[in-house]
Amino acid sequence: MLRKTLAVATAAAAVLSGTAIVFSTGPAMAQNEQFIPRLVYRTGAYAPNGIPFANGAADYITMINERDGGIGGVKLIMEECETGYATDKGVECYERLKGKGPTGAAYFSPLSTGITFALTEKVPGDKIPLLTTGYGRSESRNGAVFPWNFIAVGSYWTAADIAIQHVAKELGGIDNLKGKKISLVYHDSPYGKEPIPALEARAKLNGFTFKAIPVTHPGVEQKSQWLAIRQDRPDYVLLWGWGVMNSTSIKEAAAVAYPRDKIIGVWWSGAEPDVTPAGDQATGYKALMLQHPAGKFAVHGDIEKHVYAKGQGVGKDTNGQVLFNRGLIDSLIGVEAIRTAQEKFGKKPLTGEQVRWGFENLNLTAARIKELGFEGMLAPMKFSCADHQGADQARVHQWDGKEWKIISDFYTADRKILDPMVAEYSAKYAAEKKITPRDCAKES
Amino acid sequence: MLYREAGQFKTSYAADMAIFPIRQDRIALILLLLFAFVGIPLLANFQLWPLGSDYMLRAILIPFLILSLAAIGVNILVGYCGQISLGSGAFMAIGAYSAYKFGSGVHIPLEFLGTEISIPPLPLFASVMLGGLMSAIVGILFGIPSLRIKGLYLAVATLAAQFFFDWVFLRVKWFTNYAPSGSVAAPDLHFFGYLVHSPIERYLLCLAFVTVFALIAKNLVRGNIGRQWMAIRDMDIAAELMGIRPLYAKLTAFAVSSFIVGVAGALWAFVYLGAWEPLAFNIDRSLQLLFMVIIGGLGSILGSFLGAAFILILPIMLDQVPHALGIPVSVETVSHLVFIVTGALICYLLIVEPHGFARLWSIAKEKLRLWPFPY
Repeated sequence: MLRKTLAVATAAAAVLSGTAIVFSTGPAMAQNEQFIPRLVYRTGAYAPNGIPFANGAADYITMINERDGGIGGVKLIMEECETGYATDKGVECYERLKGKGPTGAAYFSPLSTGITFALTEKVPGDKIPLLTTGYGRSESRNGAVFPWNFIAVGSYWTAADIAIQHVAKELGGIDNLKGKKISLVYHDSPYGKEPIPALEARAKLNGFTFKAIPVTHPGVEQKSQWLAIRQDRPDYVLLWGWGVMNSTSIKEAAAVAYPRDKIIGVWWSGAEPDVTPAGDQATGYKALMLQHPAGKFAVHGDIEKHVYAKGQGVGKDTNGQVLFNRGLIDSLIGVEAIRTAQEKFGKKPLTGEQVRWGFENLNLTAARIKELGFEGMLAPMKFSCADHQGADQARVHQWDGKEWKIISDFYTADRKILDPMVAEYSAKYAAEKKITPRDCAKES
Repeated sequence: MLYREAGQFKTSYAADMAIFPIRQDRIALILLLLFAFVGIPLLANFQLWPLGSDYMLRAILIPFLILSLAAIGVNILVGYCGQISLGSGAFMAIGAYSAYKFGSGVHIPLEFLGTEISIPPLPLFASVMLGGLMSAIVGILFGIPSLRIKGLYLAVATLAAQFFFDWVFLRVKWFTNYAPSGSVAAPDLHFFGYLVHSPIERYLLCLAFVTVFALIAKNLVRGNIGRQWMAIRDMDIAAELMGIRPLYAKLTAFAVSSFIVGVAGALWAFVYLGAWEPLAFNIDRSLQLLFMVIIGGLGSILGSFLGAAFILILPIMLDQVPHALGIPVSVETVSHLVFIVTGALICYLLIVEPHGFARLWSIAKEKLRLWPFPY
């Protein structure tokens, strides 16, 4: 009986202490602070890729606080919430963090296409911008229908288009695509399915045969897919994987002797954790770059000086990796949006609605990018009410067994193909959700 | 002293057969329902603790209610009828995707007949109920093997349902209205002409569904059909010899269970997630529901609620403990700790009380009856 009483007591104590802790308001917030929530995944199947990105994003914000004392004197505070890449956990984290800080969350950046889809339904009600750097709904470029989504730097359609352009260049011209076979090996989730319409449009235009081959989450089992590729012998394979799926793909490609230099990954399949587990088999593998390469630039010097030298920061051992650098860019865009908004609304903590104005009026010129220490990582970009993407460029790099080598110049995605698709799909979304698109001509 | 039924005489058959025969239970239930239906909206309206922000409603109470409903459904099948199911996630998905199709309009072209089946978009209540119905139909289909195979073998058969429907909703584009990404978004929630939008309205909507279905389930399990299920669970051959038809008993259990799970799936998609993909209803969801039922108590409606609270809310709370106390621990350490603590608690509770929270609850009630003079 004693044991049962103990069990009851344990259960009751666990629940009660939990309740008490959750509902206590936590440490008092100073008023001159801007809260930046960070949805991260440092555990689970996608952690090898989630960790460097989260480190970069966090260390940039720490650096802004240490070097500049925040933005315009407003200190940035951040809190991480572990999502494990799961949509329902991501929604819980969003609800947990959205109201923190004196003015609520400045913006959310979930680094998961699934969570992005779920939050896209929620952010208009809460008036918080959703920053999705290089991922998310491709049609959310249309700010008239998606006022709160900012698919900064590039969408999957941009990536698909540029991947085909690179293939065309390797083949010696866009006309040589005719009659070729290009297969897409993709993560079977909204993330992996996004590029399919853009690739189908290109296949129709350029006359190549396109085949989409799905891989089930989390992607450790893909023998049959690569055997199908061995039978079919496509001229190129595009890889749309994430986490452990990428290195598995490369290993399986090696197992069926598919040449790695004929595989082109999306920018989420082109980082160190994707190639190092495959060892020598990954040599020659190519991937798109979300503009920026691996390596260290002026901004890394500032982070080392102001963050790591003071014993702060979380990402010292991932510093300079591809995904770390992408985390920097993610936070850079968020921070600069807040700075832009401060110019209009004053140097004080801003609400999500005000930060949204900052995103929409963000203009990163070449001079400004240099000043910020991102020269060589980022091309100029400019957002507007109608264009929530801001840029259309990407490069390609290749893994030489030790490091990523840039092998191409900047390509620009063909907006003549993509813009009608953005218009078509966003109109469909607007009709389904009964949204009246904003008139961007009237917005300043 | 307080909880004693001495002096409560049942003077009619109706009183004897009442759903809650003890007066104190009735009062407690009425108070609880009053608090849920009136107290919580009032607290939320005046922004009082603990409902000062939406978090409590949107991230705790709404998912708790929906998963409790799903757990009730699973409990009917697993706890009352003894048919182990690992396909609950699939039945939630069927509910969700069917409700989505009915909510956004169904078009089936029948070109060889020169016609088409066309159903205009239905309002929320109708589409959720039809979602449940579709789930019930599929549940009956996948229940048929239960007439021949038992126990773990049946679990494997239901596992097939899980993987089959994961595949269907990923691959058959008709179910997602040909969305390029395969992710679909719920339509606006029109409930009998009223637009359900704010968190408190969503909460009340879920609460209404859960209350009605919990009462229906409670009544079903203590009636004729529920006794048949339990007879089948306890010994199917003996039940058959006593004149219970296994076909009828097992398939009704599958139908009722899948219906409730399907409704819960539709609510999970429409009210909680808003936009979803098949991953939201994968095998993890099935296992989560099964654990809720086992921890909460097999064969107990109350246990479904307790199990849902334990499996859903405890990790969320543990996750926030270090931060609330101001202990600087990284998020990955916290999430590993949550796994360890939750797992250890599950083991501990199952060792000391294999029948789950519902059994603990009834022990507590027995003790309360004798209190303060136990013998």
